[in-house]
Amino acid sequence: MNPRITLAIALRVLAQLRHDRRTVALLLIVPCLLMALLWWIYIDSPQVFDRVGGPLLVVFPFVIMFLITSVTTLAERTSGTLERLLAMPMNKVDFLLGYALAFAVVAIVQSALTSGLALWLLDLSVAGSVLSLMVIAVLNSILGTALGLLVSAFAQTDFQAVQFMPAFVVPQILLCGLIAPRDTLPGALSAISDLLPLSYSVDAINEVTANPAWSSDLSFNAAIVAAFTLGSLILGAATLRRRTG
Amino acid sequence: MVNIAIQTDGLSVVRGGRPVLTDLSCSIASGQITGLLGPSGCGKSTLIRAIVGVQKVASGTVTVLGAPAGSAGLRRRVGYVTQAPSVYPNLSIADNVRFFARVLDAPRSEIDEVIEQVGLIDHRNALVSALSGGQLSRASLAVALLGNPPVLLLDEPTVGLDPVLRVELWGMFRRLADEGTTLLVSSHVMDEAQWCDRLLLMRDGDILASDSPEGLCTSTQTDTVGDAFLHLIRGQSADDPARTPPEPDEPIGRHRVRHL
Repeated sequence: MNPRITLAIALRVLAQLRHDRRTVALLLIVPCLLMALLWWIYIDSPQVFDRVGGPLLVVFPFVIMFLITSVTTLAERTSGTLERLLAMPMNKVDFLLGYALAFAVVAIVQSALTSGLALWLLDLSVAGSVLSLMVIAVLNSILGTALGLLVSAFAQTDFQAVQFMPAFVVPQILLCGLIAPRDTLPGALSAISDLLPLSYSVDAINEVTANPAWSSDLSFNAAIVAAFTLGSLILGAATLRRRTG
Repeated sequence: MVNIAIQTDGLSVVRGGRPVLTDLSCSIASGQITGLLGPSGCGKSTLIRAIVGVQKVASGTVTVLGAPAGSAGLRRRVGYVTQAPSVYPNLSIADNVRFFARVLDAPRSEIDEVIEQVGLIDHRNALVSALSGGQLSRASLAVALLGNPPVLLLDEPTVGLDPVLRVELWGMFRRLADEGTTLLVSSHVMDEAQWCDRLLLMRDGDILASDSPEGLCTSTQTDTVGDAFLHLIRGQSADDPARTPPEPDEPIGRHRVRHL
């Protein structure tokens, strides 16, 4: 592992984003607009907005980071730049951490905007601190990045990469407790839901919205999300091969 | 005597169930320009990838500067340009080179130096996505020059270049070779042979001949390398239509002209 190379990759990914203003605008503005839309839908029943608003604060960064990472790393795999980097003195871990770092920066800005909007303009009621809300949101965007890096190994084209979203992400959204509380799911689905990382993200954010203090349940859920992230990064590293057919 | 920079022994590569290189043995002299010539699809890129160490190999060995291809110690010493321009389209040329310089820990002064060398200094701040095909491959070449590697492997670096740029680029390769760099340059354009010290003629995953351009023309009694290549192919198919593998006692590597 080499911090110089990790940082070089993170700075390069951010520089690429800087040249792509439209993507940056979409990344930062769309989640805010969706949050506002949700508030509008439930304008006459704010208790529903309170129930789904919190989970959405983690679902948005998760989905967006998953998409953007899988498409960018796929481009890196197919354009030859990854092959060139792997022929240089770069460790695979530097590559993955560089991406995770760059997108974590984007995630922090995005979460700050969405959370700020939800808390102060749309009156989402959150018992916990803004800081713990942000920590959980950022942790989730890194989870999205890690999963995106992993699935990009299984896509040959951008079209396939985008299709992994309904395949990998939508089931997690359906089963994470956003649509129906997890304890009301049929037995088999509840068991599947226990195996999916996003379920723990939503459990964590529900802890934050319900409890003023950082609870042990919250630590437990955050640790599981972190473990899934680490696991995906390790599996993702295994898919980066110096030698290919 | 000439030192050997790159040596392959009995190299075989299978891609997608199809043999691409079969029992290929060759050696490449250091401090010279070796041209790797042959039609598209004959296995040139695969051979270069095997020398870089990014190609899965079925059998055989590849040694670069005395070490197994792709070993960690070589990653700073081998510059590689893939056929696809491996640079980031949404960054400027300077940003691309700066990024790879950071990865290689090359001094900042080299950034403009290598851009200058490939003749793109006037475009240093242009986005790569706005460049023409020839500029794109030169931007990719600039990255390979970072850190002044003793071995340069260039896969079709002159495709899509106008004749003037082509001559300039070969002039640069010559200067690098004079300074002691070993260059392996692939091309499917036979007349690029004139700028090479040695030639490896490739066809169907094997080396057909390895000689200097003059030696090749003399031994085949032809005037151009293109004619020599045709002569070799015809001689080969008349001699041996089934294309059996070379006899084991046959001398391999340099100074070999097979099946005349």
